Amino acid sequence: MKEETVIKVEGLTKVFGDFTAVNKISFHVRKGEIFGFLGANGAGKTTAMKMLIGISAPSSGSANVAGFDVYTQTEDIKKSIGYMSQKFALYDDLTVKENIRFFGGIYGLSKNRISQKSNLLIEELGLEKVAHSLVGSLPLGWKQKIAFSVSLLHDPKIVFLDEPTGGVDPITRRQFWEMIYKAANNGTTIFVTTHYMDEAEYCDRVSIMVDGNIEALDTPKNLKTHFGSDSMNDVFLKLARS
Amino acid sequence: MSIHIDHISKSYGKVNALDDISIRVDQGELFGLIGPDGAGKTTLFRILTTLLLPDHGSASVAGYDIIADFKAIRKQVGYMPGRFSLYQDLTVEENLRFFATIFGTTIAENYDLIRDIYVQIEPFKNRRAGKLSGGMKQKLALSCALIHKPKVLFLDEPTTGVDPVSRKEFWEMLKRLQDKGITILVSTPYMDEAALCDRIALIQDGRILEIDTPKAIVEHYPKPIFDVGAHNTYLLIEKLNAYAHKHSVFPFGEYIHYTDQRDGFDPLELRAYLKNEGLQNIHIERTKATIEDTFMELAKQ
Repeated sequence: MKEETVIKVEGLTKVFGDFTAVNKISFHVRKGEIFGFLGANGAGKTTAMKMLIGISAPSSGSANVAGFDVYTQTEDIKKSIGYMSQKFALYDDLTVKENIRFFGGIYGLSKNRISQKSNLLIEELGLEKVAHSLVGSLPLGWKQKIAFSVSLLHDPKIVFLDEPTGGVDPITRRQFWEMIYKAANNGTTIFVTTHYMDEAEYCDRVSIMVDGNIEALDTPKNLKTHFGSDSMNDVFLKLARS
Repeated sequence: MSIHIDHISKSYGKVNALDDISIRVDQGELFGLIGPDGAGKTTLFRILTTLLLPDHGSASVAGYDIIADFKAIRKQVGYMPGRFSLYQDLTVEENLRFFATIFGTTIAENYDLIRDIYVQIEPFKNRRAGKLSGGMKQKLALSCALIHKPKVLFLDEPTTGVDPVSRKEFWEMLKRLQDKGITILVSTPYMDEAALCDRIALIQDGRILEIDTPKAIVEHYPKPIFDVGAHNTYLLIEKLNAYAHKHSVFPFGEYIHYTDQRDGFDPLELRAYLKNEGLQNIHIERTKATIEDTFMELAKQ
């Protein structure tokens, strides 16, 4: 079975003035893979992610996301991916249903399709009672689960998740990861950043950025063996402190 | 007794932010409030720092009552709120001098206390606070909260959104402050940080689930826990959840933490079931409970 590659990055670089935020990073991500993108604050993760989702032009190097080029086909990339972050996910002053309708519209889904998807989503997450409540009134964990489902509305090939579970309680955090596993199992590729090192272990492969460079990239198991560590937390500390 | 919280409750409209909370923190103790967003941690901090009145109950900090002696408390405590709340358009040094002056002291007088922390941002002392990185803001905020040499330090989620390396450094700083005799009440949503506290309170939805040392809390976990792994994690979770005798199934790093309803649970039986369901490379091994296991077990009830 030939494995399909959905993200190809070669020598990708971003320079701001005389500061190199991302320095010639290269990696491939396979279809249906859960790829963890880790690094300390300021290591260059967000800058790299912005280039991959087509909202920041690279200084040099190449990248292909969902079959499209990050220099010339940024609009196609945006249609083929989903995105959610801890900071921005849904509109607090719209109801759950209104958010779904809004994002469905943005992604160009037909009215019928939106209504179908909306019902399905509400049923799957058991949100019947709060479908007409303002999102701002819901607990953080619910919001994040809804936001993840909304990021999947248009059946994107890849979903980018930027610290999706920050501050979420441990039970909901795990329900969130079960949703991630399910999406990946259905063939959606997951590209995720997190500061929870136990979550790094849920990923198929993990890359760790230090000062603009990718210093390690492997399965959590191999990384732990390689660094003689018993946890990803320890691997991270060894790499980022050296 | 440094902090004495006695049956404190606080509601916002219909929401019970705090429901009958009682905690005692000893002099010089490093005490952790462990719980997710919305647990009530910030409300408790605001009540203890005299910024908010409780609906019921009483509390004292460093021997002063939070209502009758609120002015005395404000002189004795340092408070680092969860949201960065220094003056963004003042420089690093100006912020520090401002807080020192407000409390009638000088940077020089208490420099010893903040030296460890402040030297790391001193090279940037002429930079505006708004232009600092997250880690540097955190260090400046801690310096400002310490500059009047408080007896009690309140830190509301100082490490949220901070990477593991900076988090580790931050906790090392807290340990050194504790060695200087300062009582510290710190909140965090990261359960792994709980182990670094002398004692912790697990808190969710305004209620205290348990208060004890981190070691005692994990020892109280009621059931044997097993690490379970297989070739396909998604399928494994599905099949474990469908198993008739399961008590709890939670992903935990590389493995799934599984507990069984029965007292005489035989792992071989589970292995046979999983094999029959098409799972390969099955791994089942007894493991130790963590703070997070305990938190979830208590939160489920």
